[in-house]
Amino acid sequence: MNKVLMSGNNIIGEAAIRAGCRFYAGYPITPQNELTEYMAEHIRSAEGGVFIQSESEIAAINMIAGASAAGLRVMTSSSSPGISLKQEGISSMAACELPGVIVNIMRGGPGLGNIRPAQGDYFQATRGGGHGDYRTIVLGPATGQELADLTMDAFDLADKYRTPVMILADGMMGQMMEPVIFKKPHPRNYPEKFMLRGAGNGKSKFIRGLLLDPIDSEGHNWKLARKYAVIAQNETLREEHLTQDAEMVIVAYGTAARIAKGAIKRLRDHGLKVGLFRPITLWPFPEMKLRALSAGIKNFLVFEMSTGQMLEDVRLALQGYANIDFHGRPGGAVPTPAELANVVAKFYSKID
Amino acid sequence: MSKIVFQHPQSLKHNIFHYCPGCGHSIVHRITCEVIDEMGIRGITIGVPPAGCAVLAYNYFDVDMIEAPHGRGPAMASGIKRSLPDRIVFSYQGDGDLAAIGMAESFHAANRGENITVIFINNAVYGMTGGQMAPTTMLNQKTTTSPAGRQQRLDGYPVKVSEIFSKIGGVTYLERCSVSSPAGVNKTKKAIKKAFQCQLDGLGFSMIEVLSMCPTNWKMSSVDSCKWIDDILAKEFPPGIYKDEIAALKKAAEVRS
Repeated sequence: MNKVLMSGNNIIGEAAIRAGCRFYAGYPITPQNELTEYMAEHIRSAEGGVFIQSESEIAAINMIAGASAAGLRVMTSSSSPGISLKQEGISSMAACELPGVIVNIMRGGPGLGNIRPAQGDYFQATRGGGHGDYRTIVLGPATGQELADLTMDAFDLADKYRTPVMILADGMMGQMMEPVIFKKPHPRNYPEKFMLRGAGNGKSKFIRGLLLDPIDSEGHNWKLARKYAVIAQNETLREEHLTQDAEMVIVAYGTAARIAKGAIKRLRDHGLKVGLFRPITLWPFPEMKLRALSAGIKNFLVFEMSTGQMLEDVRLALQGYANIDFHGRPGGAVPTPAELANVVAKFYSKID
Repeated sequence: MSKIVFQHPQSLKHNIFHYCPGCGHSIVHRITCEVIDEMGIRGITIGVPPAGCAVLAYNYFDVDMIEAPHGRGPAMASGIKRSLPDRIVFSYQGDGDLAAIGMAESFHAANRGENITVIFINNAVYGMTGGQMAPTTMLNQKTTTSPAGRQQRLDGYPVKVSEIFSKIGGVTYLERCSVSSPAGVNKTKKAIKKAFQCQLDGLGFSMIEVLSMCPTNWKMSSVDSCKWIDDILAKEFPPGIYKDEIAALKKAAEVRS
């Protein structure tokens, strides 16, 4: 297929439909409206495709939960405040082991915040977000091409582990236009036994998250925990950029990682040996891969468009192994590569 | 030759109800299963039980079921029905579930004219949590959170769901019944059957509100609970058909074809 130029929000929509997503429900919120609009225009053209503009984000997540149980590939999207509303449903989907893709095009927070790009929802995304002992797989794309690829992968991961998967991008990723090539999606492999389609002449099934017996409930929690351990073992993704000879490595994801790449180019032009470690899966966090880098590199700088959230995961990976510094721009402020380069240069100058 | 006129419904599991003696849930479960049997739709029916006493409905209904978070039944049912338009999908909801925390989901599923059926149990209290004030609690009715009785000035009015929903464009069939008497039970069963038929015919949103006993939280005997429905609750929430567009929609469909 040819390269096409599309905005990030539209790329996610197109990739989802190509991946076989046949049910989308969403509620308007900036800066992700183009995705809802794309689905409204295109999903019904696909056979059996359903679009519902829901009355709320709460309704949207429960609509996709129902459609997921019915056996469809499903997606909903929103931006930060709307994702908070979805948490009840995400927790419920995790409990009921319902696959589904949730897109968060993050904006400034807390509260209503603003509609500028930000990364303040990292904790919410990677720690489960809703109540109870659960995790969601969280993918952090940084380019238009990755939005396409990871959206398709998100559906496969959701099916493979029967769990909700979140795509965590921000307003910059959603709004920016970039060239993209859509890869061929994998055929779906999701057994009918997990679907609720009427009992026919057979035994009836039920799907539930309520387990009143604490021993049953404990067993279910451990079953989920074992699944999350398998995911943590097998599904981490990261990119390493110019780390071979680096004296200092920036750890950043999504838009922040792109800004970091721009900064690194400037720093390298001035002879500063700086590289980038970019987690692509935010949960599971590529902890061991990051720690492995600390065998040769002793200086790490975490850069986030937040007050320091992924920083905690980096500390878990590197505390005691290397020096960790932090630079953050929260609340919708987006630094230029030149600004970041200046900040990094200051930290770099303190390296012994 | 003798004829079987009464037996355990096939789509009702052989589990002993966990409901309190005199509770209306078990009656509504049973007659819904009778309807499912009579219509021969067990294999294509998917139910969505709520949070509340009926959260364990899947222990009784021998049809596919998925539990919804509190109040979200109609949203989940919408998702299922749009995915599988030829299945019969119903949500089963209490008064807190439908008229408080899930009012938005219920209202908008109705307004979209989702081709689903809502069985709405109105017993004027939150049952499972121990008898707190519900949106349908009567004025001056004492509950654990309205210990001096529901005060209009502080707590607002009983929410008249059928009256409100009868004004919604997407609603095709809407009836309020009561299971406080054998005649009421028969009427409720007929109404549920009509609602399921409405859905089977693809005619849109149907809802049956059922005035139902909660002797435990009303702190009454089972007999007094039935009497309280007839004397008090049914005066505030009069049974009857609140909307019936079935004939008109069928006629319009005939004209079109």
